[in-house]
Amino acid sequence: MERPLTQHMKSDGTALSLKEYEASGGYEGLRKALKMTPLEVMNLVKDSKLRGRGGAGFPTGMKWSFVPMGEDAPKQKYIVANGDEMEPGTFKDRLLVELNPHMLIEGMIISAYAIGASMSYIFLRWAYHLGAKRIQVALDEAYQAGYLGKNIMGSGFDIDMDLHTSVGRYICGEETALLNALEGKRANPRNKPPFPQVSGLFGKPTIVNNVETYCNVPHILAKGAEWYLSLSQSEGGGGTKLYGASGRVKNPGVYELPLGITLRELVEVHAGGMQDGYKLRGILPGGASTDFLTPDHLDIKMDFEEVAKAGSRMGTGLIIVLDDKTCPIGMCLNLEQFFAQESCGWCTPCREGLPWTAKLLQGIEDGQGRPEDIDILSGQTRYMAPGNTFCALAPGAMEPLQSALKYFREDFEEHIHTHHCKYQHH
Amino acid sequence: MAKEQVISDEARKEIEGLFHHLPHKQAACIDALKVVQKYNRWVSDEALQELAPILEMSAHQIDSVATFYNIIFRKPVGRHVVFLCNSVSCYIMGYEEIYKALKDKLKIDFGGTTPDDRFTFLPIPCLGTCDHAPAMLVGEDLYRDLKPEQLDEILAKYE
Ligand SMILES: Cc1cc2nc3c(=O)[nH]c(=O)nc-3n(C[C@H](O)[C@H](O)[C@H](O)COP(=O)(O)O)c2cc1C
Ligand code: SF4
Ligand code: FES
Repeated sequence: MERPLTQHMKSDGTALSLKEYEASGGYEGLRKALKMTPLEVMNLVKDSKLRGRGGAGFPTGMKWSFVPMGEDAPKQKYIVANGDEMEPGTFKDRLLVELNPHMLIEGMIISAYAIGASMSYIFLRWAYHLGAKRIQVALDEAYQAGYLGKNIMGSGFDIDMDLHTSVGRYICGEETALLNALEGKRANPRNKPPFPQVSGLFGKPTIVNNVETYCNVPHILAKGAEWYLSLSQSEGGGGTKLYGASGRVKNPGVYELPLGITLRELVEVHAGGMQDGYKLRGILPGGASTDFLTPDHLDIKMDFEEVAKAGSRMGTGLIIVLDDKTCPIGMCLNLEQFFAQESCGWCTPCREGLPWTAKLLQGIEDGQGRPEDIDILSGQTRYMAPGNTFCALAPGAMEPLQSALKYFREDFEEHIHTHHCKYQHH
Repeated sequence: MAKEQVISDEARKEIEGLFHHLPHKQAACIDALKVVQKYNRWVSDEALQELAPILEMSAHQIDSVATFYNIIFRKPVGRHVVFLCNSVSCYIMGYEEIYKALKDKLKIDFGGTTPDDRFTFLPIPCLGTCDHAPAMLVGEDLYRDLKPEQLDEILAKYE
């Protein structure tokens, strides 16, 4: 099976140098792109059915096509890589930047060429100190080799790239908040419209894509859309996907697999099944802000459509596994405390609603819950539903809670009636 | 007597070096705070006052940025910051045990600094290494698959 994103990574844990990357076919995609017109590059990416890997699965080529092009378009445009990766339970972009930073850089250069951008930024989570060092080394190599800078590879195309390390806040991953952070401001989200494709960084047309999304682009250019589509087992999109698992499974980690493998294959084969003595109770399929699935859902495909049909979201594709010895209320409490702390405070339902939600859950977990708390919690999930808050943070925070109230209701009731949590902490 | 500067000439030069490529100086605000912190470990009120004319912003504007972010420190911190991940995968994999052990060993809780200024102890959201939970950072060093019995050896590395 082909694993374009990971098959050339080195097992000793060091990053591919520029020479090693080139020897594995690196910068071939860029070479091809520069012989095409920007529109041809954009159309190829559209045909490949590449969909954003940052959580929402938006078609990448279509996103690019909203950028103003031609003579009258603004001269300054930006390409930004979203490497914030603060969604609890997510650890795929770290692997990409630590082990093969040139793949990200090449993908961003090609994307910049497609939309006519001359400046690009990698926005990286502060905690990724090793990743930051390796990106910096790779950027220096790429400048020296003439892949970055003025008139790259004699094409007449200029592109600069800079690394920006964040100073920490989950909301920085939201693309418009990220742009405010890049401008040196508080990272509150912005109104949409205008969308960043038209008015983004410093008011100029800007594309924000996830790190993994960009890493797919060089391979699409090098090997074509048909090849890319053939990698996938999903109707809705092309390529492989970095899936992963954490929690009490035997082989937690990241695995590159065809888009659209079943949840069962992911859990039982690649994650190795549950550790001895633990049973599977629930799964957050794509990070902290996705609805729980249960063992009854194991036969669905892990793609954008089927996970949505099952009432959740594929999100980042890295699953968090709840076992039978961990308290579901304790897990929800942990999640809601995270979201409450990371609320940016801009709008009232989220700023006030999330701490209240966490407080109610703390009460239930500590044996002080009241029967009416369950209804109040369901009320909160409606109060912070999509459309009621300024950005998607609060609705995302409600996803694990609303599904826990559905699937683990007896646990909520038992905590409240017995005034006690029966799960011992381990 | 002239007041002593808290932002050194060296740090000031580094901040001024951030401006090229940027449409205005305010855009360097976060990076400038990072530079101050690199030299001073934290951002004091005096540092905000001195930054204001350099960035052409008011000290209050800079403070509103500084207080927004998790790792810009507006209070003094010790020589080494211990960031223990308290997010969901670490919670499932035994964060509680590590938290208790660290609290006992350091004799401080989250938000505290040891009296000898050696460690500050803080919680931190997911460190992106959930397949090796529980995890923590000490300064820039990442420790994964933590067991309470490893903590003495880890902490001993930091003066
Ligand atoms: C609260 C919040 C946090 C987010 N965090 C991230 C993140 O860390 N990384 C990411 O790529 N996208 C994140 N997103 C999604 C981005 O807003 C955006 O949709 C994405 O970067 C687009 O890239 P893609 O089209 O390549 O998926 C977040 C969204 C929200 C609402
Ligand atoms: S939903 Fe929360 S994070 Fe989003 S703008 Fe409102 S307060 Fe900020
Ligand atoms: S939850 Fe602790 S490293 Fe991700």
